[in-house]
Amino acid sequence: MAKFRGAVVVNEERCKGCDLCVVACPCDVLALQPKEVNNRGYHFAYMQNPEKCIGCASCALVCPDACIEVYKTTEK
Amino acid sequence: MEINDIIKPENCVYKKPTLLNDTNMHYCPGCSHGVVHKLIAEILEEKGWGDKAIGVSPVGCAVFAYKYVDIDWVEAAHGRAPALATAIKRLQPDKLVFTYQGDGDLAAIGTGETIHAANRGENIAIIFINNAIYGMTGGQMAPTTLLGMKTATTPYGRRVDLNGYPLAISELVAHLDGSCYVTRQSVHTPAAVRKAKAAIIHAFENSMAGKGTSLVEIVSTCNAGWKMTPAQANDWMVEHMFKKYPIGDLKNE
Ligand SMILES: Cc1ncc(C[n+]2csc(CCOP(=O)(O)OP(=O)(O)O)c2C)c(N)n1
Ligand code: SF4
Ligand code: SF4
Ligand SMILES: [Mg+2]
Repeated sequence: MAKFRGAVVVNEERCKGCDLCVVACPCDVLALQPKEVNNRGYHFAYMQNPEKCIGCASCALVCPDACIEVYKTTEK
Repeated sequence: MEINDIIKPENCVYKKPTLLNDTNMHYCPGCSHGVVHKLIAEILEEKGWGDKAIGVSPVGCAVFAYKYVDIDWVEAAHGRAPALATAIKRLQPDKLVFTYQGDGDLAAIGTGETIHAANRGENIAIIFINNAIYGMTGGQMAPTTLLGMKTATTPYGRRVDLNGYPLAISELVAHLDGSCYVTRQSVHTPAAVRKAKAAIIHAFENSMAGKGTSLVEIVSTCNAGWKMTPAQANDWMVEHMFKKYPIGDLKNE
């Protein structure tokens, strides 16, 4: 059966670590960097569980700073 | 399947609209203002309305809206955005003219401008960010602040005997004959963001079609002023704000 596979690219320097994408993701893909910060001192978002992403764009829709690019395809 | 097989230009389903430029927005992390800026840029870009649009920015946290969305803007004095938008739309009737205002701007110092513009049926769209507080100046009470809500100027909570009742602007504007579309939306979930986008599109279409005044209230959070995390502020909004400011269309003619 064809299965949706997704991936996101976070603009790490634009991200403010607000956590809203982490909360919005239905598949538990995202997390905030626990230690690493960007140039402005924010713990930016990243794919902690990349294999779980379905490319639904929920994270990108709620992101207040438009930091997230979403990619989606089907695996046959 | 490797990540590199997924991240290819042809598989891109969502990215930042280019009308939202690369300048970092000054908003606090998680602020609703950012989501609405993004929606405005997305709509104008997808519909090809960027060259037709003239925005009027407020005094409040959104005072720098013109730095982020690459269209023509005019910066209004505090609360006067609907008056300025009136002049712009009358001089250039084929333009898409909208204001972007907070609750302090629109429902306190600018209440008169808001009501009279809508009562005259000016062909403008008003985007109203209601976060029930003066965010920019440090979290003072606004007319829209909920009863019992703690702010810098109501440290023990808003009281009717001292501060009066929260002001529901959308209900007021919906009663005016000049308004054609009044709706209340939010941007706290993916589904809400999609609905808010459709509402703003409709309001913009009304401005261009000359149908009267449209008001899109976005029930919003100010997590810094409310002293919560962004996620907590969303939950608090759903629990408390939606009771006084219920989501949905109030008028659509
Ligand atoms: C004539 C005038 N009076 C008062 C102020 C101070 N002031 C700046 S922003 C603001 C209120 C902002 O609240 P709101 O419109 O709700 O915007 P928010 O920051 O919450 O988005 C006030 C009272 C001002 N700049 N000019
Ligand atoms: S696209 Fe969907 S599944 Fe993938 S990280 Fe974003 S919210 Fe999660
Ligand atoms: S003070 Fe409130 S409204 Fe202003 S940017 Fe911060 S969270 Fe947003
Ligand atoms: Mg406000």
